Amino acid sequence: MPSIISVEHLSKLYHIEVRASETAYNPQAATLRDSVSGWLHDPFGAFKGNGKLTKEELWALRDVNFTIEQGQIVGLIGSNGAGKSTLLKILSRITQPTSGRVKLCGRVGSLLEVGTGFHPELSGRENIYLNGAILGMRREEITRKFDEIVAFAEIDRFIDTAVKFYSSGMYTRLAFAIAAHLDPEILIVDEVLAVGDAAFQKKCLGKMGDVAHEGRTVLFVSHNMVAVQSLCERGLWLQNGVLRDDGSATEIVSKYLKTSSAAIAEQSWDDLDNAPGNDQVRVRRASVRPASDATKKTDVHTPLIIEFEFWNRVPGAYLNLSVVVSNEEGQPIFNTGSGHDPVWSQRPFPEGLFRSRFHIPGDLLNDGTHRVRLLFVKDQTTVIFQFADILIFEVEDSAKRTGWYGKWIGAVRPKLKWETEFVEDESIVMAGVQ
Amino acid sequence: MKIDVSTVDRPTTLNSTDKPKEPADHDEVTGSGEVLSVQHLTIIDASRSWVGYEIDDIWAHRELLYFLVWRDLKVRYKQTALGVAWVVLQPLLMTIIFTVVLGSLLRVSSSNVPYPLFAYAGLVLWTFFAAAASATGNCLVSNAHLITKIYFPRLMLPLAIVCARLVDLGVVLIILIGLMLYYRIPPSTHLLLAPLFILLLALFALAFGLWTSAVNVKYRDVALAMPVLLQLWMFASPVVYSLDMVSPKLRLLFLANPLVGILQGFRAALFGTRFDWRGIAVSVVITVVLLIYGAYAFQRREKTFADIV
Repeated sequence: MPSIISVEHLSKLYHIEVRASETAYNPQAATLRDSVSGWLHDPFGAFKGNGKLTKEELWALRDVNFTIEQGQIVGLIGSNGAGKSTLLKILSRITQPTSGRVKLCGRVGSLLEVGTGFHPELSGRENIYLNGAILGMRREEITRKFDEIVAFAEIDRFIDTAVKFYSSGMYTRLAFAIAAHLDPEILIVDEVLAVGDAAFQKKCLGKMGDVAHEGRTVLFVSHNMVAVQSLCERGLWLQNGVLRDDGSATEIVSKYLKTSSAAIAEQSWDDLDNAPGNDQVRVRRASVRPASDATKKTDVHTPLIIEFEFWNRVPGAYLNLSVVVSNEEGQPIFNTGSGHDPVWSQRPFPEGLFRSRFHIPGDLLNDGTHRVRLLFVKDQTTVIFQFADILIFEVEDSAKRTGWYGKWIGAVRPKLKWETEFVEDESIVMAGVQ
Repeated sequence: MKIDVSTVDRPTTLNSTDKPKEPADHDEVTGSGEVLSVQHLTIIDASRSWVGYEIDDIWAHRELLYFLVWRDLKVRYKQTALGVAWVVLQPLLMTIIFTVVLGSLLRVSSSNVPYPLFAYAGLVLWTFFAAAASATGNCLVSNAHLITKIYFPRLMLPLAIVCARLVDLGVVLIILIGLMLYYRIPPSTHLLLAPLFILLLALFALAFGLWTSAVNVKYRDVALAMPVLLQLWMFASPVVYSLDMVSPKLRLLFLANPLVGILQGFRAALFGTRFDWRGIAVSVVITVVLLIYGAYAFQRREKTFADIV
């Protein structure tokens, strides 16, 4: 198999200018006034190179090398800021590398965002032609594939309606349909699965699979590891701009999940005098761990135990621990307190080391990052010490999901008891009417 | 804190060569028996050359130009009650205003041509130039959502704007022909040169737009200053008055304005009067120089544009 994408020593440097002045009326562009006033203030600053601007170098990509063979479906994974978007932008020719080079054999169709170039005032039909032309299709090519695109997007009834009246699902379907019918030798897809319903996701995955079976190459970026594992044969893992690992998708995903998140699953301070806290309490250790076998893979179904160790330094204090668990949006999900502890809740604490824990049942938390804030409350009224983000942990999506890969809606994802009864046979009801 | 993200200072160019590849190397017969031909070899690197200016790339995307022009025209008049009539109404209403104020009240010289016809001929060219120059000047910024998400030759954007305004100009020229018949101006052989002046004006608008759009990415002040500058420019050019009114000493200064030569030349072509070749030569030279510099500045900027926004 010939290599269709070859990336050699690819690097991309961004200069991030951190400006000391606070005149950020438009952070996107320097204004002439800034330049003029800066020059008046310090006419030789530009030559001395020690003006108000301090430039920080940021290597979004550093010496990345890989080749992709024709017909492969490759999943590109990595945390935010790892360089995935920069790599896709270079491959799509939107931005230039600082050094190194890329060889692409064939036409590239890139879908970095759903509906790029759509004009809201234009109809679906008009946007198919416009978007197709922007993506590099010929007019007769679009005409030839027009019916197929409309059928794939399932919008035939609304084809002459302005797309501003489309639902987000219709919009997404149409955008994906156009890009998928571009017949590129290389299809670059970024996170389109984040939108759309289950049926559509399945269709997109199916289409990407078909595209690959036709001998075309797919480069797929997603934060959804389940989708990457089920679709891709090969995984590329970027970390801080460097290609960290390359291998089969299943292997790379599992390696990535083990080390990925900036999670704080446990932290401890053994020295009483330097531990976080004050004259009244100090924290010795905090941890989150699965309640069951720790070697098994944890996901949304796994019950968790959160445990704290702390020193009480005031004999006879009436202490309560209060814990707030928030999700990645900073939205508190629940607050729980040790007031429910059957033994110590109403008892004075002697001086010394204590260990408290609580259990979070499985099938409660939604997938995503969770942050834990710990508060020490005295006499049930006064917060004497608090510690934000004492623990940060990731709840992984279930590996067993099939059919749809979107995030479940809501702060929690409880498994509730459901009951359905068969009440009456419809044929009996109909018979009764007659 | 103000944080700007910019790429390295050194000029960088995307060097793309769409070469027909050797058929033996890459053609691959897929499982389904379909022959998948690999047509392009694209090399992406940090090279600096810009001489080729992606001519073949622009040619490959020629249909995009058509769609961008079509989008511009379609969207602009889709939600207006009078639709395309606005193209005609704009210079027509301005002609009426200037005819009343300058032609009748102040009796401004119009070189022995009926003032309404004289003013209309100047105003249609001016309206075209002002619309094309201000829209191209803003084209990189206003299409940021496209530029940061998808690749196409960026030069398509200003080209499409100038072409769309040329279509508008074509519509208003029909009224001009009507006015000339009404005022019984006999057509002369000079009329054959009129399209050349329109072409020259279109190239100058493109050149000016390319240059300002490149500057506008870094300094958004340009877009803010443009309406005022254009207003000034209009009164500094013989759009609604004749150059006869200007004292001979000042007239030399006027010739430095490339629009003077184009406006005077266009009117001379219409009304069969004498051409002022000095002014026309100045316009041609300035247009060519600015076009080369504008194209250079534009492509310098467009390479790093996606990183700046």
